[in-house]
Amino acid sequence: MGEFEVHRVRFFGLVPAGVRCLACQPRGGRLALARTDGAVEVYNLAANYYQEKVIPGHETRSVEALCWAAGGERLFGAGLGGEITEYDLARLCAARSVDGGGGPVWSMAANDSGTQLAIGCEDGSVKLFQVVPGGIQFERNLDRRKGRILCLSWHPAGTHIAAGSIDIVRVFDVCSGRTVQRIMVNYHVQKVKRECIIWSIAFLSSGAVVTSDSFGRVQFWDWERGTLLESHTVSTSAVLSLAVSEKEDSIIVGTSTGATFQFQLLPVKIGSLEKRWVRTKPFQHHTHDVRAVAHSSTALISGGLDAQLVIRPLMEKVQKKSYDAVLRKFTFPHRRLVSCARKARLLLFQFSQHLELWRLGSTEGTGKDGEVLPLCRMPEHLLQLKSKGPEHIYCSCVSSCGSWVAYSTASRFHLYRVQYEGDGVSVKKVPKAPKMLLPAYQLQFSSDSGSLFVASARGSVHVLQLLERGGCKHLHTFRPPSGCPEAVYLLAVSADRHWLAAVGGDWVIHVYNLKCLKHHCTVPTYSCAVTALAIHPLTNNLVIAYSDQQLFEFSIPEKQYTAWSRTVQNCGLHKAWLERDSPITHIAFNPKNPSHILLHDIYMFCVLDKSLPLPDNSTLLMNQSTLKQLPETARQRQLHAFKICKKFQPLLFADLLDENCLVMVERPIMDFKTQLPLPVQQKKFGT
Amino acid sequence: VSDQKPLGCWSVKHGQIITCPVICNFETHEYIAVHDDKVLRIWKDKDINLDKVFKATLSADVYRIHSLPSGGPVVLFKGGGVRTLDVLLEDPQQEIENVISDEVIKWSEAFVEGQQPILIFTTEKDGDVFVYVQKLKMDSLHKYKLEQQELSKPLSFTAYIKNQIITLLCLYSSDSVYKILIPLQQNTEEEEQILSKSLLLNLSVSGSVLKGTSFVVLDKDHVAVLGSLTASGKESKECLTIWNTKFQTLQASKELPLGTSGQLWCYEEKFFLTHGKVLTVIMYKCETSSLAAAVGKLKDSQTPEVSSFVDWNTLGDEELVVSLQSQQSVALKSESKMTLRSKKNTVAKVQPDTLSVGQLLLNLKDASTTAFENELRQLMSKAQKPDLQAMIGCVITALINRCKTNPKYYPQKFLLQIIQTRDLSYSLCPDLMSVALEKKDVHLLQVCLQRFPDIPEEITYACLKVFLSISEAYLQRTDVNLESVICYIDVEFNNKEVKMEIVENGFDAELEEDIWDTKITKETHQTADGEFCPVGPQKAALLNAVVYSAYSETFLLPHLKNLPAQHAVLFLRYLYYLYVKCSEKINTTLPGTCSPTINQIMDWMCLLLDAHFTVMVMLPEAKELLSNLHKFVRAQVRFYSELNKIEGSLQELQRLNHQKDSQMYSIEVLELI
Repeated sequence: MGEFEVHRVRFFGLVPAGVRCLACQPRGGRLALARTDGAVEVYNLAANYYQEKVIPGHETRSVEALCWAAGGERLFGAGLGGEITEYDLARLCAARSVDGGGGPVWSMAANDSGTQLAIGCEDGSVKLFQVVPGGIQFERNLDRRKGRILCLSWHPAGTHIAAGSIDIVRVFDVCSGRTVQRIMVNYHVQKVKRECIIWSIAFLSSGAVVTSDSFGRVQFWDWERGTLLESHTVSTSAVLSLAVSEKEDSIIVGTSTGATFQFQLLPVKIGSLEKRWVRTKPFQHHTHDVRAVAHSSTALISGGLDAQLVIRPLMEKVQKKSYDAVLRKFTFPHRRLVSCARKARLLLFQFSQHLELWRLGSTEGTGKDGEVLPLCRMPEHLLQLKSKGPEHIYCSCVSSCGSWVAYSTASRFHLYRVQYEGDGVSVKKVPKAPKMLLPAYQLQFSSDSGSLFVASARGSVHVLQLLERGGCKHLHTFRPPSGCPEAVYLLAVSADRHWLAAVGGDWVIHVYNLKCLKHHCTVPTYSCAVTALAIHPLTNNLVIAYSDQQLFEFSIPEKQYTAWSRTVQNCGLHKAWLERDSPITHIAFNPKNPSHILLHDIYMFCVLDKSLPLPDNSTLLMNQSTLKQLPETARQRQLHAFKICKKFQPLLFADLLDENCLVMVERPIMDFKTQLPLPVQQKKFGT
Repeated sequence: VSDQKPLGCWSVKHGQIITCPVICNFETHEYIAVHDDKVLRIWKDKDINLDKVFKATLSADVYRIHSLPSGGPVVLFKGGGVRTLDVLLEDPQQEIENVISDEVIKWSEAFVEGQQPILIFTTEKDGDVFVYVQKLKMDSLHKYKLEQQELSKPLSFTAYIKNQIITLLCLYSSDSVYKILIPLQQNTEEEEQILSKSLLLNLSVSGSVLKGTSFVVLDKDHVAVLGSLTASGKESKECLTIWNTKFQTLQASKELPLGTSGQLWCYEEKFFLTHGKVLTVIMYKCETSSLAAAVGKLKDSQTPEVSSFVDWNTLGDEELVVSLQSQQSVALKSESKMTLRSKKNTVAKVQPDTLSVGQLLLNLKDASTTAFENELRQLMSKAQKPDLQAMIGCVITALINRCKTNPKYYPQKFLLQIIQTRDLSYSLCPDLMSVALEKKDVHLLQVCLQRFPDIPEEITYACLKVFLSISEAYLQRTDVNLESVICYIDVEFNNKEVKMEIVENGFDAELEEDIWDTKITKETHQTADGEFCPVGPQKAALLNAVVYSAYSETFLLPHLKNLPAQHAVLFLRYLYYLYVKCSEKINTTLPGTCSPTINQIMDWMCLLLDAHFTVMVMLPEAKELLSNLHKFVRAQVRFYSELNKIEGSLQELQRLNHQKDSQMYSIEVLELI
C-alpha cells in the first residue's frame, strides 16, 4: 500500500494524575472517578467503559470523596478545601459548593436512599446534610470527639453510621446523634506503639463493620458488642481502600503496595449455612498505592496513584464472552490532548495548566521499512503558554497554519495569534474574545484557519470568524432544533467549510450547514457513545467511531449511511476488532487516497482501505507481519481492509501530515512512571 | 440502527385489492402483483404509479405466484392449474383447466430440483387433505391423500426437497408437527395414493404447550415455530421458538409481547416477522445438532484436531512390496492361505490371522530348516496388514524357539533382514536378544540396540559387557555397521594400528579375552591424550549403539555396578575419547548417523563414574585417565565460564540497543501493505 515517513514523538511529557476515589452509581451503569488534581471523570460501564464525561480539575478543589445521591442522579464531591461540591454532569463543571463547616473534609458517604450525606471532618465531627432539590442543606452534627474522621459508612438501613479515625472506630446513632459504640482497633497489637489509622470502613447490613487499617489488616467487628469477629492480615503495609458488593458477598481491598485482594463470603462446607469471609483472589495490577476501589456487579475496579484505572471482571458473574469479560487498564484519557497544525508541522500539547507548542524535525533521508532516518533538523520547543488562575484547561487547539492557538478553562476563553519570524516566535493575545457560554468543551479551527468552532453547553456550537489582522468576531451559534441539555464534546468540520458535525452527551450527532447556517440533519441514533468523528475532505462522508468499536460512514449530502457502511453492517466487523478495549480517539483521511480512513486508539494505528474486502473472522486481523513475509504475488489474495500497526504504543495521537508523512505521539508508560513518587519498597527475591 | 425506511412504495387504486403476495422476479428485477384475483401487474423499481404499469387480465383466479431462483415465476390458479409466467403472458386469456374441482387450496410451495420446477400444493375438502405435486416441465400431476388425523386438522405446512424426496411438514392443531415423505420419482399411475405421516415433534415443554401458527424448517434438525406459548393457569405469550427435532427439545425462544400476524418468513439465516407494528428481523444460527447442545451443555467447542494416524492398509502395501523385492520370493500362493482359513479354529474368532499363523508355525515345527524358512518368508510376504507386527513377532518367536531347541541352527541373515526391514520392538520378540547374546551375534545386537525402543536395562548392560569383553580380532572378522564411527575414526588407519599392535605384541588373532584386556591397557599409554581411539572401530560402533540406546538410570545403575573394573576403565576411556572428539567441534555433535550426542556421552560418563567410583580411585591404571579427564573437564568449565562472560556483555549490548530505541524523537519508515 505504501510507505510512510513517521515522526515518532515521545516528548509529550504528560503525567496523568493518580486516582483518588471511585464511586459506582447505585444500580446504575456509571462509575465516577476523581483524580488527585481534582478532575472528576464519569465512565459509562454500558458503553464499553467509555470515559464519557470529564470535569477538569481545579487547584484549590481537591476531591477526597465522591458519592452519588438522589437515586444516582446527582454527583457530589468533597475534599480538603472543606467544601461539598455538586457537579453538573450536563455542563461538565462544578455546579455549586457548600462549606462543610468542619475544616478539611476527609470522607463523605450517602445513605442508601441517597437523601442524606454524611461528611467526616478534620475537627472530628460528622455532619449530616439533606439532599434537597437545587443543593444540599445542613441538617445536624453528630457527637464530636477529637481526631479526624478518615472514613465513614452508613448502615444500609440508614440508622447508624460507622466512622473510622485514628486508633478508633465509632458508631453513631443517626436519630439521637450519640456515639453508641467505640472500638479500639490497636488493642490487639501489643508491642507496637504506633498509631493505627483506619483508612476505610464499611457497614454491612448484618451488623458487621469492616475496617482496613495501616497495619495491613482487614477486620470484621460486631458493632453492638464491639468485638472482633475476624481478622485477616493481607499486607505488611497499609490497606488503603475497601469496597463491598451490593449483595454483600464480596469485598475488594486495595493496599499501598499496589496489590488488591478479593474477599468472599463462602460457606465453610458445601451446603453448610455457616459462612466465613475468605481471601480468594490476589491481583497485582498497580505499581503504587491503590487509593480507591469499587465493586460493580460484575467487576472489581481499582484505581491507583499510578494513574491506572483497572477493571477486572469477575468471570463467574459474566455470562458470555463480551466486552465485560476483558481485563481493562485505562491510564490515558479517552480523548485527545494533542492537536496538530498539518501545514506548519506543529504539535500543540495540552497539560492540565499549560500548553506546549512544538515544531517537528525533518529529514532528507529515505529508507526501508523499520529504518530510522537521520535528522537534518531537530524538533523545537517553540512556546509554552501558562494558564493563569487555578482552573485547569478543558480543551485546546492549534490552527492548521499554526498561527492561531485557542484554549478554554471553566470560565475563560483564550485566543492567541502566533507569528513566526525566522527562529523567533511572538504571541499576541486576541483582545476582547466574544462573550460565549463557557466552558468550551472542544475547539476546532477550519482547515483554512478562517473560523473557529467552539463546542459549548446545551448542545450549542459557536462559530467565530477569525480576522486576518488578529481579531475575531462571533458569527453564529448553532443549536440542535429540539434542544439538548448536554454539552457538545466532539466536533468535525468538512474541508470545504460546508458542513459541521457535532455530538453531545446525548450521543446524537447533529450536522449543520455552514453555508446557509442551518441545521442539516441528524445521524440516526445509535445506542452507544461516539468516540471520534471526522468528515472526509472529498466525499463529505461523516465517519463515526462508537465506543462498542462499530464504524459507520454517513453521507452528509445524501443524509443516509453509505453503501460501504451498510456492507460493513451486513458483514459485521472482525471479532478481534470488536474485542479491542480502547476506543478510537481520532479519525483522519488521506486526500490522495480517498478510500483510506486513518484511525487509532491507544494500542494501534490502522489504515482502513475501503476498496479492499473486509476480513471475516477466519482471517487474521493483524496480518501485516504475515504479509511482509509473503512474496508480492501471494500478498494480493491475503489483503484485507484493515492495515493495523501496533508498533507505536501507547499512542496518544496520530495524524497525517501529508500524503506519506505521519505523526505519532507516544507516551511510554515507563517515562511517566519515573516521574511518580517512589512506591512502597518491596523486597524482591534476588535483589 | 434505527435506519429503517422503505425503499419503494406502490399502491393500487382505491377499491382494488391485492389478492396474493407480491413477488420479485430476480432474473428481470420486476415485481409481480395480482389484484382482484385476475389482474396481473408487472413493474420495475423506477415505475412510480402502479396504474400505468403493464397489466394483463387473466381468465381464471390466481391463488399464488411463486418466484423461483431460475426459470421465472410460476402461477398457481385457484382451480389447481399451473402456468409459468412466460407461457401465461403469451396469451393471458388462455383457458385454465380446473384440476381440483371443489377442493380449496390451503398452501403451496415451489422448488427447483434438477433444473426442473416443481410445485406442491395442498387442498382441503370436508376434512380431507390432498397433496398435489406438479412437475412443470414434464407436465405431470400427482395427487395424494393425506392420512386422516383424529380430532385435529392441519394448520400450516412447510416443505423442502432433498435427494428427489419432498419432505412435507405439517403443523396440526393438536400441537404437533408431522413429517410426510413424498418421493419425486413416481411412476405408478395409481389414483390417489394415501400418504402416511410420522410424528416429528411435539410442541410442548414442561407443562406449557405451544399453539403454533406458522413454522419454517431451518436445517435437518431444527424447526422454528411461531405461536403462543400457553402454560396452564397463565396468560399465553406469543413466542418465536426454535426446536431440535432430533432430541425433541426447545432450543431457544424469544417472546414477542406486542403480538404478531402469525406469519413467519425465513431467508438467509434471518427470521422476518411482524412484531406489533414493525417488521422485525431476527438473526439466528443453528449449531450442528448434538446432545450436548440440545441439553444446553455445549461449551465453545473447536473442531478437534484430527490426530495423525498411520493408515495400516497403505503401510502394509508398501511393506509388502519391499518384502517382495528383497526376497524375490515365489509368487503368492493364495491357496495356502485358503487352506489356513479352512483350518481355522472356532475359538479363533478374535484374531483369526494371528492364530492361523500360529497354527501354521505349529505345523512347521518339524519341517526341515530350509522348508521352514521358505514357508516363513512366504507367510510374511503376504501377511494380512493389520496384524503384520504381531505376526512378525510370532515368526521370530518361532525362529528363536527353533534355535533354542536346535543349538546348531541360527538363521542370522534372516533375523537381521526381518529386524532391519520391520519396525519391531523388544517386547515383540523378547527372546531374540538373549539368544543373540548367547551366540555373541554382535551385529544383530547392534541393530537391535539401534532400533528397539524398549530394551530392558539388564539386556543393555549384558550387551555392553559382551561388547567390552569381546576381542578386537574377533570383531574384525565380523560384520558390524560402522556408520556411527566412520566419520570420526579413521577406520583404515586404526585397523592398521590395531593390527600392528597385535603383531608387535605377538598376539594371536584368537586371543582370550582377559589377555586382550591387558593389551588394551598397554595401548592406552599411547591413546591417553585422546588422540587415538582406545578401541577398534567395530567395538566403537558397538559401544555407540549402547550409548545411543534408551535407558533409565535407576534401573541401569545396579547392573552397571557389576561391570568388571577393567571393562569400566576401558569404557570410560572410550567415553572420554568421544567427549574430547565432541568438544573439538564447535557444534558438539558427532557426525554420522546413529552417533551418540554429547549429552548421551556425558550421561554415560557420569553413570559409569557413579557405579565404579571407589574402584576407579583404587585402580592405578585409571589414575592417569581420571586426571586427564579432570583436566579436560576443568578446561571446559573455564571455557564455558568465558562464554558466560561474553554472553553477559552481549546482553548488555542488547540492552543498550533497547535504550537507543527510547529516544525522544525519531523519524522512521513504516510500511503498511
